[in-house]
Parts: sequence; structure tokens; C-alpha cells
Amino acid sequence: MARLLAAVGRDASMEAFEVVFRNYAPRIRSYMMRLVRDPQMAEELMQETMMTVWRKAALFDAEKGNVSAWIFTIARNLRTDSFRRTRRADFDPNDPAFVPDPEQPADAAFEAREAEARLHEAMKGLPAEQRDLLHLAFFEEVSHSEIASRLALPLGTVKSRIRLAFGKLRSALGERP
Amino acid sequence: MSVRHQVSDELLLDYASGSLSEGWRIAVASHLALCPQSRRRLAVMELTAGALIEEEQPESSTADDDDAWSAMRTRLAAGGGALSGGVDTPRPVSRDAIVLPEPLRSYAGGDVGSLKWRPLGRGAYHILIPTADKSTSVRLLRIPAGKPVPEHGHGGRELTLVLSGSFNDGGEVFARGDLEEADETLEHQPVATPGEDCICLAVTDAPLKFRSWLVRLVQPVLGI
Repeated sequence: MARLLAAVGRDASMEAFEVVFRNYAPRIRSYMMRLVRDPQMAEELMQETMMTVWRKAALFDAEKGNVSAWIFTIARNLRTDSFRRTRRADFDPNDPAFVPDPEQPADAAFEAREAEARLHEAMKGLPAEQRDLLHLAFFEEVSHSEIASRLALPLGTVKSRIRLAFGKLRSALGERP
Repeated sequence: MSVRHQVSDELLLDYASGSLSEGWRIAVASHLALCPQSRRRLAVMELTAGALIEEEQPESSTADDDDAWSAMRTRLAAGGGALSGGVDTPRPVSRDAIVLPEPLRSYAGGDVGSLKWRPLGRGAYHILIPTADKSTSVRLLRIPAGKPVPEHGHGGRELTLVLSGSFNDGGEVFARGDLEEADETLEHQPVATPGEDCICLAVTDAPLKFRSWLVRLVQPVLGI
């Protein structure tokens, strides 16, 4: 998928984009549907997301980037912008006050490909209660305090489940938990 | 120097999922601008969301997908020009000279030197940052070296991001980029470290209209 997206960015390849589109359009439509609960709006937001994928494909880093995560951030940003109609506060990597990442080790690209497989594996190993929480956060877009009240759980329990889940996912990726 | 007090997983998850409202978002985004380690943790969360999207079993039919693709083709044919590759050239400004990172600097309307600070008493100053988010109150505080941070709307959640100088809270030192998360259960009294004024961003739950006078009435009684 990363190679296809790179081809879209490099050559504006319609064939490559069709494969990307057919894989992601249904997933993004279903993501949007969960959040906006209106088929027409979900369709429009999906189209807008895929249009942005087409336009920005050249900015995708095929070496280190992850296609699903990249498309997710585009979909999420369009979704929140459409809903709030206020400006979205984001950091800007071109801002002179921005503190850049430390130098990446040479094998970062290899690790990015490995990471995806390891993450999927680690997610399968999460207890159901932690997985459910991730679904609620990303697909219902509810805050951790709203999750607590929906599940009638103490806030502290929700916080510790979030920390446990990401602690495990980070260590599966070889990061500091 | 690396940031020691990073954003918590639960707050970062709210940012990653898009559920955080504007006021809190300014504090978390500005912290992220100063803290590569927190951005790395954000990347893991976005990777997780991407993996969840991969696992989705969409219910759409092949006909739906064909329709969607032909709609997209029509749009592309109508001129959806792709962006050319290449990275933006960084602006030639020294990193150390700027106190407020983006997005905060745009919200404030400039860097600390060009802003109109309003006196809070006891040598402290503040600036209210306007947002469209009525549920929070966002302000910059400038605390004289060695002095306590004045009361600025407690009772709920509070995020404090240090931008310049440092403060000490219960023996822990918070310096540039550090984010302190407090709620009503945490009793805290930050004090600016001697030697340098401390500039920080404070985001709190917006005080309710009726509460402002009510609290002022009962505050001395309850000692809050």
C-alpha cells in the first residue's frame, strides 16, 4: 500500500490510486458513518478524505510512514473540522519554535514495516475491555471522561486501562512503555 | 533538555481521537510542539487507529464502491490537482528566540514580547487568549521569580504548560515544555523558581457565570 501511495504522489498514477481508493473508501465511509450517523454526510466526508489523500500523496513518507495511520489522521481532521467549524489547534513542524525529532536511526524504514505487523499482533493480545475502549475513543470519538460515564466506570479505572493498553502497544513496538 | 512531564495517555488519546475541545487542545498541541517524545507516543496512537481502520469490516456493496469510485474519477477529471512534492523551507528564525510555539503564538497574536500583559497584582501578569470554546478559559500567566502562581479559576480540570522559566509544585520542578495536569482532587500550589520569571499557559474549565460571584461569597468560608 505504501508503494502504491508513493506512485500516486510521484506519478499521479490513477491505477495506483484506484487500488488505494477501493481499499480505504469503504473503511473510511464506515468510520465516518459511526461518527456522523448520516449516510450522505458520511459519503461526502469519505470523498473529501480520499480527495485529500490524492492531493497530498506526495507529502506521504513511504519510507517511514504508515498508510492507514496517515489516512486516519486526514479523515479525523476533516471530521472534526466539519463538526466544530472552529479552527483546529495543531502544532506546526515548520514553526521555528518547534522542537524537531532527534535523528532517526538508519534502520527506521525497516522498523516502520516491522512495526505494523507487531502492532496488529499486540492489539490481538489486548483484553477485550481495553480493545473496547480503543474502539469507543476512535470510532465514537468520545473523550476518556465520557467513556467512563457511558460504561459507568470510575474515571480512574478508564485512565488505568488506557495506560495499560498503550503501555503494552508501545513495548510491542520496542518503545519505552 | 528533554521534557520531563509529558502529557498523560488519557489526555493524549482525547487529542488523537479528535474529541478534545479547543481550549485543552491548544495546551496539548503546544506541548507536542515542544516534546518529541510525546509526539512519538501520539504516533503510536495514530498507528493504533490506523490498525483499527484496517480491521474494519465495511458493509458496503460492490455497487456502492463502484459508484463512489466513479464519483471520485469525475472529481479528479474536473481538476483535482495533486500537490507537488517537497518539504517547505523552514523560516530563518532562531529557535531560541521564540517563547510561544504554534498553535499558541497565533492564538495569542504574537510572541510574549509584543503582547499586552495585564496586571494581576503582586507583580504577576496575565493575558486572556480568546477561543471559540466556551467551556474552557485559556490564559497566559507571567509569575515573578520566587512567587506563587495566583489563583486562576480552580475547581475542575487544569492544564499548565511551562513556556519560560520554571515552577516548583510539591517538590517537582516544571520547566519549558512540561505539562502539569491537575483536577479537583489534586491540591497544588505552584511557585515560580527563583532567578527567572515564569511564563506559562493555563487552561481551566470556564467558571460558570453564577459561580463567579457565588464562589467569591463562599470562598473565605470554605477556604478554597
